[in-house]
Amino acid sequence: MSSDFAIAATNVNFWYGSFQALFDVNLKIRRGKVTSMIGPSGCGKSTFLRSVNRINERIDNIRIQGSIHVLDKNILDPDVELVQVRKHIGMVFQRPNPLPISIRENILFGYKIHMSTRASKRQQDDIVEQALQQVLLWDQVKDRLHHKATGLSLEEQQKLCIARLLPIKPSVLLMDEPCSALDPKGTEAVEELIWELHNTFTILIVTHNMAQARRASEECIFMLMGKVMEHTPTQEMFVTPKKQETADYIEGKYG
Amino acid sequence: MHHFATTGINQRNSRTQELFRLLFMMMTVLLVLPVLIIMVTLIYKGGAIVTLDFLLSNPLDGMTAGGIFPALFGTIGLVTVALLVSVPIGVAAAIYLSEYASDTWLTRLINLAIINLAGVPSIVHALFGVGAFVIFFRFGTSILAASCTLAVMTLPVVIVATRESLQSVPMAFREACWNMGATRWQTIRRIVLPNAISGILTGVILEVSRTAGETAPIMFTGAVFFTPFLPQSVFDQTMALSLHLFVLSTQVPGVSEALPYGVALVLISIVLLMNSASIGFRMYLRGQKKW
Repeated sequence: MSSDFAIAATNVNFWYGSFQALFDVNLKIRRGKVTSMIGPSGCGKSTFLRSVNRINERIDNIRIQGSIHVLDKNILDPDVELVQVRKHIGMVFQRPNPLPISIRENILFGYKIHMSTRASKRQQDDIVEQALQQVLLWDQVKDRLHHKATGLSLEEQQKLCIARLLPIKPSVLLMDEPCSALDPKGTEAVEELIWELHNTFTILIVTHNMAQARRASEECIFMLMGKVMEHTPTQEMFVTPKKQETADYIEGKYG
Repeated sequence: MHHFATTGINQRNSRTQELFRLLFMMMTVLLVLPVLIIMVTLIYKGGAIVTLDFLLSNPLDGMTAGGIFPALFGTIGLVTVALLVSVPIGVAAAIYLSEYASDTWLTRLINLAIINLAGVPSIVHALFGVGAFVIFFRFGTSILAASCTLAVMTLPVVIVATRESLQSVPMAFREACWNMGATRWQTIRRIVLPNAISGILTGVILEVSRTAGETAPIMFTGAVFFTPFLPQSVFDQTMALSLHLFVLSTQVPGVSEALPYGVALVLISIVLLMNSASIGFRMYLRGQKKW
């Protein structure tokens, strides 16, 4: 298992009840890159994303086969601690979901859960500032850290949702259409942020927005009907797609 | 003649509409009427007797005169102990059912049991209390036995209110916590409970107001017609407002007319006060919430 890859999925098959959502998915996601997953609704891209940090398992009646190595360990192994999976693999959702507590407490939430020692007030201040600086939110909110996070604009909320993952130092960030609830300006800001973060983290991002995939990712995966059709550098996929289905999808023939 | 003039159909429809509006309004007024009549009668006939002295002195002359202090004290004691028993059990059960239990035949059975528990007549609770707490657990006829009986009776209220307020906390908050690796308990303690507490407290206060007025469950288990002494511990018997009212109205000859009205007024005031507090509190907390 080469450590060039943060995520390596081998022969992943996935069923919701009797419905098979993924067919023999083999993927290698490069470390420290932004990889986007595109494809029509129901193609399995979200299902795959949600398998990587095992949150699919909260649904009854699912079945998964194959292996998903993250940081060279198969996270489907029985000796894997779920809490650690969630710590190392952060997730950002379509709808920003800040907790109904203060901005400051949102940032510290994960930290307090995962750290065994209590940080001093000063350390906590530093953690909060650093995380918010990193998501380019510090200047906007530094004077209202004690306000409820649910009062922020959607764009700010989504940035906060990314920021609160940072203090626990995840290696992989999974993003499930992180911009689809945002307006164009918010989308641009969050895309910029993703770009800022991509050297530090491996980012896997599911999107419906092809322009976004093109702008904000280095590698691109096209999925159709639960299968991986194509996985190439983003520019290549959009300029010279190898498969007819990819070309059709990019041109908007189906969606 | 223009396009927008009223036609016969419009007139007929609006007459029907007006008829139903009046009908529904009358029913609403009818609903308020008994409460108003009760309050006005109680204040008119018993208002004069309710003074601080009435609240704080003992009954005199075979309960035909004097105050209601032992009964008032007893009711407060019974309600407090009942709360201490039912709130921890009820809230814990509701947290389990709402946050931990998955939907299986067992949880459905438990839910059914809770609904049925709420439907058991209070006199049946009373007899259950005698069998279980007075005799089996050897509490004797005491505040503890009576309060336990009240607690069992009001448990469904606490459970249902708690569960509803837990479930009103959006699922997205829980998911956000879980996805950061928080355990269920961390999620409950840090996010779910703080946001559900207003609903839980409202349920508790409603329980208080119901508990305060109950008569049947306490008359065999711990409340007495008359005792000149205040209870010294939860193993003593006590007087209670609701039973006192029943006794004054049916068992004691030569009671002045104002006395039972005064007791009823005190009892209903406690209930109304608690209910208003609950509503006010809920409104205050709702104003604080931002989602």
